Amino acid sequence: MKEYKTITSVKGPLIFLERAKNVGYGEYVKITLSDGSSKRGQVLETSENKVVVQIFEGTRNIDKNTYVKFYGDVLKFSVSYDMLGRVFSGSGNPLDGGPKVIPEARLDINGLPINPYKRAPPHEFIQTGVSAIDGMNSLIRGQKLPIFSGSGLPHNELALQIARQATVLDCTESFAVIFVAMGITEEEAKYFISDFEKTGALEKGIVFLNLASDPSIERIIVPRIALTTAEFFAFNYGMHVLVIMTDMTNYCEALREIGSAREEVPGRRGYPGYMYTDLASIYERAGRIDGKSGSVTQVPILTMPGDDITHPIPDLSGYITEGQIIVSRDLQRKGIYPPIDVLPSLSRLMGKGIGKDRTREDHKSVSDQLYAAYAEGKDLRGIVSIVGKESLSKSDKLFLDFADDFEKKFIAQKSNENRRIQTTLDIGWEILSKLPEEKLLRISDELIGKYIRRFKDAPNKAY
Amino acid sequence: MELTYGVINLENKGIIYRVSGPVIAATNIDAKMNELVRVGNEGLFGEVIEIDHDKTIIQVYEDTSLLKPGDEVTTTGMPLSIDLGPGLLGSIYDGVQRPLPKLFEQMGEYIKRGAEAPGIDRKKKWEFFPLKKKGNKINFGEIVGYVNENEHTKHFIMSPPNIQGEIIDIVGQGEYTVEDILCKLDNGAVIKMYQRWPVKVPRPFKDKMIPNAPLVTGKRIIDVFFPLAKGGTAAIPGPFGSGKTVTQQQLAKWSDTKVVVYIGCGERGNEMIDVLTEFPKLVDPVTGGPLMDRTVLIANTSNMPVAAREASIYTGITIAEYYRDMGYDVALMADSTSRWAEAMREISSRLEEMPGEEGYPAYLSSRLSSFYERAGIVVTLGGKIGSVTVIGAVSPPGGDFSEPVVQNTLRITKTFWALDSNLSQKRHFPSINWLDSYSLYYDSLKEWFESKISIDWDRTRAEAMRILQKEAELQEIVQLVGADALPPDQQFLLDVARMLREIFLQQDSYHEVDEFQSLKRQFSLLNAIIRFSRLGNNAIENGVEIDKLLKLESRTEISKVRYRKDFESKIGLINETMSKEFKALLGEQ
Repeated sequence: MKEYKTITSVKGPLIFLERAKNVGYGEYVKITLSDGSSKRGQVLETSENKVVVQIFEGTRNIDKNTYVKFYGDVLKFSVSYDMLGRVFSGSGNPLDGGPKVIPEARLDINGLPINPYKRAPPHEFIQTGVSAIDGMNSLIRGQKLPIFSGSGLPHNELALQIARQATVLDCTESFAVIFVAMGITEEEAKYFISDFEKTGALEKGIVFLNLASDPSIERIIVPRIALTTAEFFAFNYGMHVLVIMTDMTNYCEALREIGSAREEVPGRRGYPGYMYTDLASIYERAGRIDGKSGSVTQVPILTMPGDDITHPIPDLSGYITEGQIIVSRDLQRKGIYPPIDVLPSLSRLMGKGIGKDRTREDHKSVSDQLYAAYAEGKDLRGIVSIVGKESLSKSDKLFLDFADDFEKKFIAQKSNENRRIQTTLDIGWEILSKLPEEKLLRISDELIGKYIRRFKDAPNKAY
Repeated sequence: MELTYGVINLENKGIIYRVSGPVIAATNIDAKMNELVRVGNEGLFGEVIEIDHDKTIIQVYEDTSLLKPGDEVTTTGMPLSIDLGPGLLGSIYDGVQRPLPKLFEQMGEYIKRGAEAPGIDRKKKWEFFPLKKKGNKINFGEIVGYVNENEHTKHFIMSPPNIQGEIIDIVGQGEYTVEDILCKLDNGAVIKMYQRWPVKVPRPFKDKMIPNAPLVTGKRIIDVFFPLAKGGTAAIPGPFGSGKTVTQQQLAKWSDTKVVVYIGCGERGNEMIDVLTEFPKLVDPVTGGPLMDRTVLIANTSNMPVAAREASIYTGITIAEYYRDMGYDVALMADSTSRWAEAMREISSRLEEMPGEEGYPAYLSSRLSSFYERAGIVVTLGGKIGSVTVIGAVSPPGGDFSEPVVQNTLRITKTFWALDSNLSQKRHFPSINWLDSYSLYYDSLKEWFESKISIDWDRTRAEAMRILQKEAELQEIVQLVGADALPPDQQFLLDVARMLREIFLQQDSYHEVDEFQSLKRQFSLLNAIIRFSRLGNNAIENGVEIDKLLKLESRTEISKVRYRKDFESKIGLINETMSKEFKALLGEQ
């Protein structure tokens, strides 16, 4: 351990030191202020005449006389099984008035990349009870499936519904939910926690809170300590851990803040050029490991600035994650909950987890057909707005009605409605049965024969 | 590290001056540009990327945490090189050719740094069959014998491209390790089963030829409309979720090449494991053996060190060139070249270089072109003909094709498969846009298709393309006045175009029959649709109502035939039915 009192400048979230010898890159730093309080940080750059340190708690009150202690090790976080049911701050201190956690292990918060060769292919379908997800964009254990949303849209409600309802069919293994808040308001945080308490989810959950009023640089470490905890539960205790992170946009803002304080050459829209690699070091921590029973599944939430999916934050995320669930303002305006726009949404791992012996044999065909028919119906809406409904052919009108049906019957559901996958698929068949059979090109005759008759015979069955 | 290529430098030591992410600066060291160096107590691998007065800038291929000023840096006297020899096929490597299974044995499930693992097993014995005798003259890159790398692949042992001479001693048939000396030459040089080659130097060849045969992929839209030549280059740009990776993996599965090199460059770990678990179970369409037997995988996922990501592309293409030199056709898939470009950008920004467009370094264009230029069909030094076909995925931010990586790639590649997220949202796969894509190889391949498949190939293809283009024009009118307002022949054209889109262009990657179609089948299917179009147009001219055409049995049958194992006999029947039905329709008039 080395201690220096050689701060030359303090700029934004960074401090700069000179004549600090033998400081390692990425080293853990603790500084003690004159009032006795302490702050933590990490070395961003080191050379013989200059050391740059980012301070997670912000640089308020730091002056040139502050002592900086270098620990000769990377930042580690203490984890323990007893963390279940607790609420922590963004730097991992208890916020619920409970005792300090007695560590079982101290782990590097940056984690290590899983050897791609030892990953286990994710294949277990998670039933979220939300038709737009289960039926059209299934979530699979070990997947990272973000929710792309916009400000003012009900993504928090959706995330809570997923956290509450997520189960794996025919499975009794233990699971846990880790909730990570980055820069959200206290009100939102209370909403999450009270819902967790009300539904009993907190007993099997851990909450990490970095609120809007907390130092922004802390947002760099919250997801990392949360994922370190998640990996500990998943791979040491064999638990299935669902990590919900909100809001990744605030995380990226913090990253940009550091980049600009360091006077780095900015990439697109001022975000650092290494943002892809940095986000990957978070998202890629989802997965399963061959030979271990647990899993880490991530549902990050991000609000797209200006609802723009080409903004660097959703854009880079989309290239790393295994799909995306898109919350749409149009559907929200129509009063549909959950307002998930399935067309641009995608789950890349869906194919691995559905079908015979997993969900139901007709799952893929039904989902493909719903997609194709809904896309066609939506195209027709554009035409109708110009030429009017009268000029459409009879079959086009059926597709137009189908698009409405799909939104009102299939997508829409109550926020406490937990649909079984069978129900979801049956609703799909019910609305498809109103289309002419020869237009159902994505479904084999055999499946049509087996399923569609039920609805042709009883067209008004209610759910 | 041991040397079999290059000039040996005296070992030279220096110390670290500065560490910033994957880039370090060292002083007091006399290193060459692009030389491989070892950094710190753990001897991490790095490469010299800049020499600035007394400072040498090094990019490190592993995590640099806790490296500090004053740590030692040692030169190795050689550039980053990889092992080339039997045992490459079926392997999975990281970006600097360390076998991932070996890393697991050494360090467990996670990738830690400082591991050393040779690219090919030095102890494994292979049965060597000599093809040369004592007294034979050996030229650069000439074959001296072979080993059976697996059931289906003869791995030719060649003299390295910088070694020639007269054989004064050669071993007989028998089992040897890659380290055993097989052949001694009069000038003192020796030939072993493996050689090392610096990845950033293209392997030499005698002559480059004009590509003249298609790379058959079994994908209708590619083979018929936008074919890629063996030895050619293709770019697949598309926004996320448009199916780049699925398309790349499908090409890796079905291309009719001897060897496939698949580079997962900065992509998802879960997708790599998909390839890893799936390929051993799949059958190689060329040999009938396991698909993994012809595949070399390079997996440098997005969370693995960024400098090794930069190297992975070079490692892959060097392996591809090595098999090309044996006279084989090799296909290389790079997924995604944008991540590679971003790795360059990241390193460049750490060097505080003056950025070019979008923050990419000014040398982006030259790096991309020199990579794609390593593709080609060539006469090898040993006198054989081999090819490397390169297919690069590009991931443009926001799906914007005007960004620098796409634009610089398009300037070099001759085939462009534009992925379209509108198509993928409709679950139209492969979501290659038929209006925007192009292949500059088609004209030189036309003859091949006409002589090998059907003399009507070009005519039928042109007719289909015309219908699709006409459809796009008509759609604009339909948007304004509705489809019912069109005359019957145009309504019929829209229906045929729909058939082309839904039956021909769309292909199910998860259906055992539909996922791969031979060129003959592709042509029969297209021909049946075009025949239906011609007969239909004739019928309409003769006053037949369009509704009657849409209800014909042959039309419904065409839409299902692509899923059938008995495709050939079925398509014959459909053509007969079609003739009968149209005859009857005209008879009614």
